Amino acid sequence: MSNPLADMEKADVMFCIGTNMTECHPVAATRLKKAIARGARMIVADPRRVPLADLAHVHLPIRVGSDVPLLLAMAHVIVRDGLADEKFMAERTRGGEAFLRHVEPLTCEWASEICEVPARDIEAAAQMYGRASRGAIYYTLGITEHICGVDNVRSLCNLALLTGNFGREGTGVNPMRGQNNIQGAGDSGAIPNNYPGFQPVVDPAAQAKFRQAYGRETDLEEGMTKVTALELAGDRIRAMIVDGENTVVSDPDRNHCEHALKSLDFLVVIDLFMTETAQMADVVFPATAWAETDGVCANTERRVQRLRAAVPPPGEAKPDWWIVSRLAERMGWEGFGFQSAKEVFNELCRLSPTYQGLDWDRIEHGEYHWPVPHADHPGTPRLHEGEFENGRGIFSLTEYRDPAETISDEYPVWLTTGRRLPSYHTRTQTGRSAGIDYLAAEEALEVHPADVAGWGLEDGGWAEMRSPRGNVRIKVRATDRSPMGTVFASFSFDDVPVNVLTGGGYDPATLTAELKVCPVAVHPAAAGEPGTGG
Amino acid sequence: MGDMKRNGARATLVLDGERLAFAEGETIYEVADRHGRDIPALCYDPRLEPFGGCRLCVVEVEGQRNPVASCATRAEAGMVVRSRTARLEERRRTLVEMVASENRDARVDPLHGYASQEMGALLDRYDARPGRFRGARSGQSRIDDDNPFIGRDYDNCISCYRCVRVCAEQEGDYAISVANRGFSTQIVTEFDGLLKDSACTFCGQCVQTCPTGALADLKALANRDVPGETKTTRTICTYCGVGCSVDVMSRGDKIVGVLPAMDGPANEGALCVKGQFAYDFVHHRDRLATPFVRDRETGELRPASWDKALDRAAEGLGKVVAEHGRHAVYGVASGRAPHEAAYMMQRFIRAGLGTNHIDNCSRA
Repeated sequence: MSNPLADMEKADVMFCIGTNMTECHPVAATRLKKAIARGARMIVADPRRVPLADLAHVHLPIRVGSDVPLLLAMAHVIVRDGLADEKFMAERTRGGEAFLRHVEPLTCEWASEICEVPARDIEAAAQMYGRASRGAIYYTLGITEHICGVDNVRSLCNLALLTGNFGREGTGVNPMRGQNNIQGAGDSGAIPNNYPGFQPVVDPAAQAKFRQAYGRETDLEEGMTKVTALELAGDRIRAMIVDGENTVVSDPDRNHCEHALKSLDFLVVIDLFMTETAQMADVVFPATAWAETDGVCANTERRVQRLRAAVPPPGEAKPDWWIVSRLAERMGWEGFGFQSAKEVFNELCRLSPTYQGLDWDRIEHGEYHWPVPHADHPGTPRLHEGEFENGRGIFSLTEYRDPAETISDEYPVWLTTGRRLPSYHTRTQTGRSAGIDYLAAEEALEVHPADVAGWGLEDGGWAEMRSPRGNVRIKVRATDRSPMGTVFASFSFDDVPVNVLTGGGYDPATLTAELKVCPVAVHPAAAGEPGTGG
Repeated sequence: MGDMKRNGARATLVLDGERLAFAEGETIYEVADRHGRDIPALCYDPRLEPFGGCRLCVVEVEGQRNPVASCATRAEAGMVVRSRTARLEERRRTLVEMVASENRDARVDPLHGYASQEMGALLDRYDARPGRFRGARSGQSRIDDDNPFIGRDYDNCISCYRCVRVCAEQEGDYAISVANRGFSTQIVTEFDGLLKDSACTFCGQCVQTCPTGALADLKALANRDVPGETKTTRTICTYCGVGCSVDVMSRGDKIVGVLPAMDGPANEGALCVKGQFAYDFVHHRDRLATPFVRDRETGELRPASWDKALDRAAEGLGKVVAEHGRHAVYGVASGRAPHEAAYMMQRFIRAGLGTNHIDNCSRA
């Protein structure tokens, strides 16, 4: 997030797009509710009538995958109505003139055709955000899990740049990160293009720094992404070491993914449980869990916080860092003699410009937001105050592209996927916690009541859902939270492996899968068990 | 507030003979609390709007005929306040005895919830007799509510409405409200049904603010027979990216419950159903307690020693490197494990193999 969580209570207009925040980030959503109680207004753009939409002043139930035209048309209205912050644009941005020309013909009527929402609602949303003195944007995977995920994010940045909603309290462009330490995994350098602290691996200065720190030459070019690695499994990629990820259930196109892992010569998995992925491994290492592990995590607002062990692990389970260090030593490599989490974290801090001012002892109370460039620095709760990291904020001339697959006679229904409040991801944890089944015992496909009738389904009955990659059997739940023509299911339940269906395309820049859009056919099915086949 | 801050000086009031500074907008209770004065209260939760229901926090203000509720009265410059006169203390004792007399249990197990000891502590402080006022009782327990998280033992409810207010003000869910008056007062959901049929999200905030244990953390309470002292450990919730602070309660090797951290910077005391209740996967019988190695003959995964498993993993990876080169090995770090896990995985790939073939699960 560009701004801290506390700022969520300080905006006067919140624009939430592609985020089911009350279910996926419930505690953050309480701050939005407080802001609304105090008079702030909220725009929600989401194909589904997610619970957040019930609180919105404007809900835009756009067709899945039509975010870019919505955002361009909103920019068009903001410019047309003289709501652009010209001073901010002149002082802090670049490319504004070209952007103004770019959106000039992109009217609400044009977007309305693609987004399938009324032009006047797009206009109302644009005016509400454009007139805000403190406008804040919040988004989640509903923005990024598209073939145009990068364009979606850039289009959001355009809106904030156009209206000067950066670098101030209650503003910003704020992604809500989905996992407890997904931010930290990137911060720590577990990405193919950056060393720790987002130092590009192609930067000669960073190369020299790590050559010295690690005592060896490392490739001068970027590595491949996980998506590509799975593509090339059995070919150029022959072995994988996977830590704490149930890849075969959580990733798109499950059959492809299983095939990829099976075609490896060697697979090492580190996990808490014998997950579907671990069952395919040659060696499985038992890791310590939450509440058994000392360490560090970073939340969605870049706050660096301590994790502490409360209880001992079962049997011989060990911390992940210990396992990987010992494995490195067995490989015969030097420099992996780490004996504590503190030692590991402090090495990371020394090598990362964003963590340079931190160390294990300094984060005891969790008050620092990175970047913390030196030991006397107070941390950076709010990014882009005064100036952007690279100077000026740059407008992007984004354009609409169809999703990788669009509905057709054969696959006439849009499927979109996500999470539910009581279940987390593939339920390796929530599914093993007592009582959670009371709230969510099984998966169901959410279908608009008119579609239930029109497609010959029954509320509580069964459906078969098919995409070009496979099919699943799933129970049906009639609800007007789904718009007509669009259905929703979570990917949490292994007996309803929705990711058998997904995976039609990837964003070309990030290789993030288009999990939010998948054309399917939905037909009634005889009563029976959930599953896949055929 | 006439002379307040005129010259940049901080306004002050006098509390029990001592001059205390305060900020504009603070209540008498907040000023007293900030200076470590312990004014008793039962309906007070610092996160909520003042309610003024329990009347325990009343104080005498010079120039005012009747005592005022300190939680609902703004501090004013020059105020002279007394919080501990004999008259106030006697009145408080009677009030505590009256509310406690209505309850079946005056004292409850601390595993009921964060604030569950407040009533018991006041009984001790005032040496109160909980059976002094025998007679009618209020609140009907909902033993029919079969949810596994939130016990609704309204026989022990004192109608402080903290649960109703936290649900509305802190959570914005408005799942419960107050029905009837007097001894018939009852905390109910819409249509007086079960919590699961209401707007309740099972965040547990009502449980944690309840000062009598009428609402109980049923999962924690199920551990009441686990031997040992309860220890609390501050850590961060393991689910989404909000990063809520929690205090894990444990006895010996066992987690017995989770408390929200009221001073957690990201959550300020709030939690959701996962953070509050979905912690016992840690002790699930499916947890791996030993390494596993695939048997070369049967093809099955079998338990193995660390020594053997590390050797086998190093041998397998080493063979791939020898046959296909160092670029044939790929590392996937977890967005669920700590920094040290991700850092070490990239170090393994970069410092060990000299490649950048490392990613995490953020693209899926």
